[in-house]
Amino acid sequence: MSSPASARRSPSAPPRSFLWARRVFLTLLAGFVLLPVYVMVSSSLKPLQDVSGRFRWLPSGLTIRPYFDIWQTVPLARYFANSLIVAGAATVCSVAIAVFAAYAVSRYRFPGKRIFTVTVLSTQMFPGILFLLPLFLIYVNIGNATGIALYGSRGGLILTYLTFSLPFSIWMLIGYFESIPRALDEAAAVDGSGPVGTLFRIVIPAAIPGIVAVAVYAFMTAWGEVLFASIMTNDTTRTLSVGLQGYATQNDVYWNQVMAASLVVSVPVVAGFLLLQRYLVTGLTAGAVK
Amino acid sequence: MTIATEGHAPPARPARPGGAGGRRGGAPRLPARLRRLGLPYLLLLPAVLLELLVHLVPMLIGIMMSFKELTQFYIRDWGSAPWRGLENYRVSIDLNAPVGQDLLNSFLVTCAFSLLAVGLCWLLGTTAAIFMQEDFRGRGLLRAVFLTPYALPVYAAVITWAFMFQRDNGMVNHVLHDQLGLTGERPFWLLGGNSFAALAVVAVWKTWPFAFLIVMAALQNIPRELYEAASIDGAGIWQQIRKITLPSLRPINQVLVLVLFLWTFNDFNTPYLLFGEAAPASANLISVHIYQSSFVTWNFGTGSAMSVLLLLFLLVVTAAYLLATSRGRKTADV
Repeated sequence: MSSPASARRSPSAPPRSFLWARRVFLTLLAGFVLLPVYVMVSSSLKPLQDVSGRFRWLPSGLTIRPYFDIWQTVPLARYFANSLIVAGAATVCSVAIAVFAAYAVSRYRFPGKRIFTVTVLSTQMFPGILFLLPLFLIYVNIGNATGIALYGSRGGLILTYLTFSLPFSIWMLIGYFESIPRALDEAAAVDGSGPVGTLFRIVIPAAIPGIVAVAVYAFMTAWGEVLFASIMTNDTTRTLSVGLQGYATQNDVYWNQVMAASLVVSVPVVAGFLLLQRYLVTGLTAGAVK
Repeated sequence: MTIATEGHAPPARPARPGGAGGRRGGAPRLPARLRRLGLPYLLLLPAVLLELLVHLVPMLIGIMMSFKELTQFYIRDWGSAPWRGLENYRVSIDLNAPVGQDLLNSFLVTCAFSLLAVGLCWLLGTTAAIFMQEDFRGRGLLRAVFLTPYALPVYAAVITWAFMFQRDNGMVNHVLHDQLGLTGERPFWLLGGNSFAALAVVAVWKTWPFAFLIVMAALQNIPRELYEAASIDGAGIWQQIRKITLPSLRPINQVLVLVLFLWTFNDFNTPYLLFGEAAPASANLISVHIYQSSFVTWNFGTGSAMSVLLLLFLLVVTAAYLLATSRGRKTADV
């Protein structure tokens, strides 16, 4: 479990000035980071009068009612299921496609390789707002022409989201794959593996941390997206990012319910992220930042 | 590890790309050769198709739309909308008319916001990562805490901040007004001039962990021997940070700052979730402004022209930035 970075710097103990600066800085920063988390957790356990009146650091009484009410005020379960389906499918597809693409770039020389990597990376720069409406029109037209409903469906959202995480995923996996010694590939080739066999038997198993990191990133990207979800979904396919705003449309905002719902929808990603963040750091170390 | 030892068995195999089989005796059969040449393209095909469908083709259509008069009358059949030449662009940058003035205001606000947010994110992330380079008790836990804002879905985080910034029942005013007595009146945070500060705080809170994550990963690639050698030479820890750590981070900083800049400049989620569809003028980031110009007023031609201008601006800034930093790096190395 010990991380490779432990005891990295000089073995001699750092001076007091450094220790104090570190203590003060990290404490203040942790306070800043945790403040909203505290507000979210504590407010979700408060009765309504505590959150509609003047703010209280401590609840006047603890209640778990908001956690039951959130499912009634808006159809949160449906939004939840939609988000799970969309983010899950987008993650699986995005990771698979990125693995193939990164394998091609890291192991082959071919004309157009540089154009591909530069183009893919530069799509990261596009303002989402520029292609939101055209994409919407394309989806509507594809629907009219072929009967495949992309606008308003989960499929269209999955397609959109998986391309959002593709550039970064490909970029990171290229770096990761390149850190895997070619000798392994060649040994597999001698054993009679084709290129695809080598990918599945050698490269993918050796790159699991990188792949996990990319999957975490892809899932978080899809789970948190707001702009396209607000345009591309309807009542039945609405995801959490839009659905959560439903609590605010009532005349009186039930802040305790809003906080409870925010907490509930955050738990899957935060738990997954914190469990797997080790891989993200290793993946980044081996791949992207090299 | 077992696989790795196998790797030593065949010495000096020719690298596979470029036809390893060809050298092994006689020309390979044509289909096999074709397959080998085509394989990388086949592997790239899904990624290319999807990028085309979702990014590149829509972008081209978007550019085309910026030359058309695309109001609600033509949206059903947008192909038949009349061409408008550069009219949409003229309207967008005409500083004597409200549309152009609003766009300029939004652009300046976005510039100020991005510079501030990128600077703070970089500073917090780098400082925290350097302080946490060495192991200490609670380091793992603290790292998890610091990464939480990044892991939280953006809407959950921003809604919580919106609650904290409420005038009457929010936490911020409770501390500033009720507890510290710093303000005479309860200030508004999500309306008027203060909204810029609110926006910056939320954006920094949400984005700095990314800088932290990247710098932390980059720090692990600095060879330990550098620090050992420096420490033998009598360099203190502050000197080591200045002479070894910061220079080693320069390559990654080049990319990190650029990515942070593009993200914050294009940020839509934070202002949209914090203020709703109509952001106050002092926090009217350009993405929200264009969204509003397009979807609220149903004038997609002008909205597209604004998006294209934004894209051009980002392209120029990115190119200039890469040119400047790469040249700076080269001269520094000499």
